[in-house]
Parts: sequence; structure tokens; C-alpha cells
Amino acid sequence: MEIPRHWRLQKQRLALVGEVCPHCHAKIFPARDVCPECGGEAKTAFKFSGKGEVYSFTTLHSVPAGFEENAPYTVALVKLEEGPIITAQLTDVGEKEVKIGMPVEMVTRRIRQDGDERGMLIYGYKFRPVMG
Amino acid sequence: MQKVYIAGVGQVPVGEHWDKSLTNLSTAAVRSALKEAGNPQPDIVYIGNFLASSLSHQANLGALVCDEAGLRGVEGTTVEAGEASGAAALHMGYLAVRSGLVDCVVVVGVEKMTDMVGTEVQSAAVESGDTDFEGMQGLTYSGIAGLLMQRYLDQYRAPRDSFAGFPITAHNNGVNNPFAMYQKALDLEGYKKAPVVCEPLSLYDVPTYADGAAAVILVSQKLLKDKNKAVMISASEIATDTLAVHDRADPLAFEAVRISTENALQKAGLTRDCLDLFECWDTPSIYGMLSLEAGGFAERGQGWRTAAPENMALTGRLPIATLGGIKAHGLVPGAAGIYQVVDAVTQLRGKAGKNQIKSAQVAMTQAISGAAASAITHILRTA
Repeated sequence: MEIPRHWRLQKQRLALVGEVCPHCHAKIFPARDVCPECGGEAKTAFKFSGKGEVYSFTTLHSVPAGFEENAPYTVALVKLEEGPIITAQLTDVGEKEVKIGMPVEMVTRRIRQDGDERGMLIYGYKFRPVMG
Repeated sequence: MQKVYIAGVGQVPVGEHWDKSLTNLSTAAVRSALKEAGNPQPDIVYIGNFLASSLSHQANLGALVCDEAGLRGVEGTTVEAGEASGAAALHMGYLAVRSGLVDCVVVVGVEKMTDMVGTEVQSAAVESGDTDFEGMQGLTYSGIAGLLMQRYLDQYRAPRDSFAGFPITAHNNGVNNPFAMYQKALDLEGYKKAPVVCEPLSLYDVPTYADGAAAVILVSQKLLKDKNKAVMISASEIATDTLAVHDRADPLAFEAVRISTENALQKAGLTRDCLDLFECWDTPSIYGMLSLEAGGFAERGQGWRTAAPENMALTGRLPIATLGGIKAHGLVPGAAGIYQVVDAVTQLRGKAGKNQIKSAQVAMTQAISGAAASAITHILRTA
């Protein structure tokens, strides 16, 4: 069930909260204890805008347990406008052809279902093409 | 510091061993390696294993593997570094003998993949990546490779077929290896016709998981009986990178591979030109490509020009996967790094039959875990 683990990550998953380093001002996602840029202690929360572009992508047919209901699906590396790259599924793509450089924005979606009807439903970020 | 020799090797054929347990496999490999080495008394057994806790619900392999192999009482522990666990175990064995603390170490890599199937295997295997931020997005081991190949194709305008050299070389060399799961040649047409499994990767760009075990016996000079058969380990180097690909400033730079390759060559006092063969991490094919570039065997973004089958074949400038590599063997995560070393030893002993590299004297092997979150490089020489 791993409830504590998913509870611990809810701000990151649901609100894209990472950190800004108080020493060198690097934007960090996911949050870490040590800034990867300057080695200083990182602890100041920072909410990312959720805007970015596709850095790369792949479509999966053979998927891990808990992800079957959405297969096949596309997972992307998304470069956020603040700098960091994150890994996320793309959603609401429709007939659009996914391309590197495509502008995308964060939405909240169900990302995994644990086993039977008593299993946890886990929600978190996915990214969709920017409308319009 | 004392020199470290490989005095014996043992392996079981890679495959789907439905009728065999984890320890049936490890015991067979250990006993055949010990026999070949003249049955020395081991001081330590290091076990390379990645997934026994997840797939077989079995931890504490130190006791289990030693006891089952007839080595009850001997020091034994598991060493884990994802798909590079076997190579990591070898590194620990190297340190133990090199330091002078002990004179004989058994290193065995073992993995039992087929106790589970399908989505459960994918879930377990992606644990070599970042569970919270890669695995939880539904990625798989091959999916991460798909992200990197797509970016590579776009960034360097490389032709899609330029990745064919890795599986073609591996499969053609696997034809003569009875320990490889696939003993069938592959040509460019076959590569092009393969179904896409994880866009843009097709069937021949990704590994097949399988069961297996391979072992080597490390000894100091004191216990070395047959110098003609022995191979010396000249360098053993581990380097790490970020666990998740998205945390890297340049996802196409395999920094762990660069660092461990440079350190290994420096420790061995060799240059790249000295290598007669390179058992690289040949699958997913994009990992082979990025390993050649990061290791300094090709320019950044130009690996696809270097990775032509004729350059990597047995008679090429830098032979890879000389007895089938990981692609034709099948990927046995905990043991892959040891199978690579067994193949290199076979070449250096001149026992590779039809696949023999002429007067091979120096070999490099390199195992990587995840998308090269760890890279473990060994350099072996004729003793």
C-alpha cells in the first residue's frame, strides 16, 4: 500500500512544489536535501509554474503493474520553463503528433491504480499540449 | 598490494529455466568455476543480485547461496548495483584480494527472472531507476532508453538504422556460443522488420530478461596454480551519476561511463588503442551508442558513424559483444557483468573457437545499471 510514501510526496505530485536553493538560487525539482548545483543545503519550497516543453518522449506498450488501464501511453521528459527536466506522462494528446519542443502544461490526473478494488488510487502530474 | 587473478570461470546457459531455482543456478556456476580453478578454499563469496527480493521474495542470499553451494560457514554477502550487480560484486572481490586481506574470493552473479512474468517483472526491473519520479510515471527499463534514443535521433539527426550495428554484431557472434539464449544471426533487413516495442525502440533494440548465473574465482599469486590459464585484473572502477535521467544537465552524456572508463584506463596504464576487445553494455542499443561516445571511442553525437557492424565485428577496429553480448545472451541482471567477464576471459585464454579474436591480450568489460546511473569497468589482461 505504501501510504506514507505517497503522502510524503503529495505536494510534489499535486502542486509541483520543488525548491529554490537559498545559496545559489538554482531551481530544483524534485526536492533534495543538498543543492546539486552548489552543494549547499537546500530547503526553501518553490512552486513551479507547470509550463514547459517536450524534451523527449517514448510510447510504452509493455507497462508495469498498476498502469495497465492506460496502456499504450506516452511518457515524456518535460523541460520546465524554470529549468529542471521532469519525467511525466502526456495526456489529452488526441490526434496531435507529439514532437520534441512541443509546449505542454501540467494537469492533475490519476497515475496508478494499486491492484484490487481496495487498492490505492494515486493522483499526480501529467502534461498536456498547451491549448490554442 | 597484491595482484588479482581470475583462476576459474563457470556459467550456466542463459535461458528460461522454469525447472531451476535461484540456487540451482548459482550452485552450478560456483561449482564449475571452483573446479576449473583447482578447488581452492574460498575466503569470501560475493553474490551479485538485483531482484531476488522482488521476484523471488528472497533476501539474505549470502547464507543461502553459500550453504547450497557446499560452502556453509564461509563469509558471504550480496552486492547490489541494479543490472550491474555482478560487476559490482566482482569489484568487491577485487578489493578484498588486492588489499592482501584474503587470497581467494568466489564472485557469482545470479538472477531468477522467470518466477514472475509480465507487468510484475517490468515493475521490479524499473527499480534500477528512480521509483518515485520515473517508475511512478509508468516508465520501464526500456522506456527510459526510448526517451534517450528519441532525443539522440532528433539532436544529432542520426539515421534510425544506425543503431542496427549493436544487435547485428551481438546476434552474429552469439551463433557460436552455447551459453547464449539466442544463437541466430541477424541482418539489417531483419532489424528493420522488427516490431516497435517502445517507440522508437524495436525488438532488437532492447534486451530480453532471462535466468542465469555466472561465476569467477579470484586468487592472489600465492594460490595461482596454472598461469597459462589465468587472467589478471588490471583495473576495476565504479563511477556513479544521478539515478534519474531527468536530473542530468545533459541526458545524452553517460558521465558514469566516462569517469569509470578514464579511471580504469589510467589505473591499467593503457590507452584505448591497447584494447583488443570491449564487452560493452550493448543493449538497449542506445546505451551501446552512448557508452562508445562517453568512453571516448567515438565523438559526441558521431557514435552512429563509428557503430557500423564492420567496425564492431570480430575483425573490426573495436570488437564488441564477441560471444553474443547482452543482446544475444539475454539480460540476466545480477549476472550480466560476470557473463561479460567470462566471455573476455575465454577470449584472452584463446578458447573462443570460431569467435576468437586473434592474439587477444587486453579486454575491457563494462556493466551499467539503469541508464548508466552506475558504470563499472574492468580491464583484463593475459597473465
